[in-house]
Amino acid sequence: MMEHPELPPLARSRAALGLTAAAAVGRFELQVCCSCSAVQYPPREACHRCLSSRLDWRLQDGRGELLSETTLLHSHHEFFRTRLPIRLGLVRLESGPTAVVYVHGRVSGAPARVRIEAHLDKAGRAALVALPEHGLTRMGDPQVTDQGYLREMTCDPKGRKVLVTETTGAVGLALVRELIDAGADTVWAGYGTHARVAEASGVRDLAANGRQVRLLTLDVASDVSVRDAARLVGGEVDILINTAEGRGSPATPGGAVDPARTEMEIDYFGLLRLAQAFVPLMRASAATAHSSVTAWVNLLSIHALSSLPARSAFSAAKAAAYSHSQALRARLQSSGIRVVNVFPGPIDDESDRDLPPPKLAPTTLARAMVRALTEGVEDLYPGEVAQDGYARWRDNPKVLEREIAG
Amino acid sequence: MTTLQRFGYDNVAVAVPVTVPYVRYSPHGAHWFVARALEGVLSASGLSKAELDGLCLSSFTLAPDTAVGVTQHLGLWLRWLDHIPMGGASGIVALRRAARAVQSADATVVACVAADTNQVDTFRNTLGSFSRFAQDAVYPYGAGGPNGSFALLTARYMQQFGARREDFGKLCSAQRDNALRFPYALFKKPLTLQEYMEARPIAEPLHLFDCVMPCAGAEAFLVMTRPRAADLGLPFAEVLATLERHNAFPDDPVQIRGGWLLDRDELFAQAGVRPHDIDVLQTYDDYPVISLMQIEDLGFCAKGEGAEFVRSHSLTIEGDFPVNTSGGQLSVGQAGAAGGFLGLTEAVRQVTGTTLGTAVPNARLALASGFGMINYDRGLCCGATILAGQGGK
Repeated sequence: MMEHPELPPLARSRAALGLTAAAAVGRFELQVCCSCSAVQYPPREACHRCLSSRLDWRLQDGRGELLSETTLLHSHHEFFRTRLPIRLGLVRLESGPTAVVYVHGRVSGAPARVRIEAHLDKAGRAALVALPEHGLTRMGDPQVTDQGYLREMTCDPKGRKVLVTETTGAVGLALVRELIDAGADTVWAGYGTHARVAEASGVRDLAANGRQVRLLTLDVASDVSVRDAARLVGGEVDILINTAEGRGSPATPGGAVDPARTEMEIDYFGLLRLAQAFVPLMRASAATAHSSVTAWVNLLSIHALSSLPARSAFSAAKAAAYSHSQALRARLQSSGIRVVNVFPGPIDDESDRDLPPPKLAPTTLARAMVRALTEGVEDLYPGEVAQDGYARWRDNPKVLEREIAG
Repeated sequence: MTTLQRFGYDNVAVAVPVTVPYVRYSPHGAHWFVARALEGVLSASGLSKAELDGLCLSSFTLAPDTAVGVTQHLGLWLRWLDHIPMGGASGIVALRRAARAVQSADATVVACVAADTNQVDTFRNTLGSFSRFAQDAVYPYGAGGPNGSFALLTARYMQQFGARREDFGKLCSAQRDNALRFPYALFKKPLTLQEYMEARPIAEPLHLFDCVMPCAGAEAFLVMTRPRAADLGLPFAEVLATLERHNAFPDDPVQIRGGWLLDRDELFAQAGVRPHDIDVLQTYDDYPVISLMQIEDLGFCAKGEGAEFVRSHSLTIEGDFPVNTSGGQLSVGQAGAAGGFLGLTEAVRQVTGTTLGTAVPNARLALASGFGMINYDRGLCCGATILAGQGGK
């Protein structure tokens, strides 16, 4: 694996990537032996106690004791050399293993009670962090820590410049509000040129009443519009949140082509256009010193994972966008820019009024998206429907297909 | 079940300790240092290359080769070959393997060699791929290398047993004093306690002089039967006892003791001596804390009393408890796996009266100890041997 001087080390064994997979959804999981229940760390191929190879990844409470700590003032890796001093510790987890971890500045000196969390580092690999046993949910808040290497594990919007591509809908509008509440420095609120004045009135009001919100003409279905927007703000964007959706276009039970084209034009080709115009600019600015470029967020759907037949074109467009987001994630990894995917179920807004409850309130969704950024989560399944769908999909995607078909 | 008595090492001789002078950086590959070491043992013993039929090799920088590639590279035709990837325990383990080979006559003369080169990027490049657990669970955390791992062990040891930096400083300063009389030591200036204390911090509580300096070089010795050594007219050391233990005390949450503790009673029983009979001690000393653990776990004092032991003894060559009489790795340098041979070659020299520096008067019994491979949060390989000889003057 190639070492990249601007990123923490990338190389991991396949077993160790299990820790990363859990951290991507905000969970601290370790392998637990199915035969003797021994908890394993570092990740391995067989149980260190009974040699069984049946190891399951299971959620951990992370409680433990900081036994020993050090402050690194020298590193062999370029990424860390510019981030010294680095506080490290040895933590004995109550579940058994000892872990080498980063230690948050709010933890008192060893010995101390701590809680371990797994977070994605700037390379998108899981790293363990010891936090005070109680409280402290915004690890990356610049007012809480001057440990840059910990802040870089989150994408906290505080003090950052954010572009929300579509804000005439209820979700985009709620998101602008939440970002301001979270302390964003600037929010560019995109709205399509075709948007009726009434539809854009909410965000116009916000722009009129607060200095942080700036309106930006942006239609993701138009090459010219996307290019113009990128030229205007692309070099300054720290977080891009793509909320543009074709959601709500008429259903295509007979497979009608035109509405499907509309969905694809916005959800899939729209993402492609944004990527083409913004990625080079964001990567260039991420490569500069003291850059705060940190995340690219896609509003997808739980039906990107498994089609909802009543909304087949919508599901297909979201699946296409999801697929491209994975390519985007691979491409942005070397710049340390995190791609965050959001997979909600039905939303309680105009576009999903035909769908049965339970539905997710736009404000709740927006809040969850901002929390995903502050906590450094990479894949978000907000709300009960999304959580249920995600659990079923993980358990058995084929069974889920039949369940949805009815 | 009856317990079998371990075979002794009667008839085994360790001879011709060789050091290939250390350099901070070298343009040569590890094979070059292996060749220099073999040349050294052959010329000092008067043996020809054809008479060498066994090789036991340790190196971190041979890749993509192992000992196998070295046979063709250097034109050796051997009937016994071993490659020991145990870092700081390699010397002791090589001696154990080679001793059994010559006792069984599977080989008649075995060269034990540890050789490593050091180029500007060598050390850094070995860190990320040192072990799977290091790659997965240590290197991504600040890439501090062994400094970070030993800082955590040292901090815990100090906290638990009340050791102070001054205690480590006394040991480092004494070793430097010894090194000033050893021609191959890379450090040529005295180290005062004040200089030690005021050195720049590397990874708290470790400062500069707590950390070995990576370099290039090689160490080697020959193992053969005593009659063979006598025929060749070589001064030799007798092997009285050995121990080897890997991943001892796996349930300890943090390493405060090593595998020596499990087997030291058997070691001294096999040798028929007691700790206070030992004339000179060579510990594995990439960081001073591990020397204190060896002093404790090998029975020179009780657990946790290493610091007090250091305070109450003089550790230089003239002292009442001479430790690391060539200066140890902390003052000579750490030539990769050769760091695991340095104490052993010096022990052989002390008991055979062939020192390059200053001899501990009448040193007839030496204990050399090894410690290797910080695989994850602790060192896994421990070894030790007690050697006897006629001593120097």
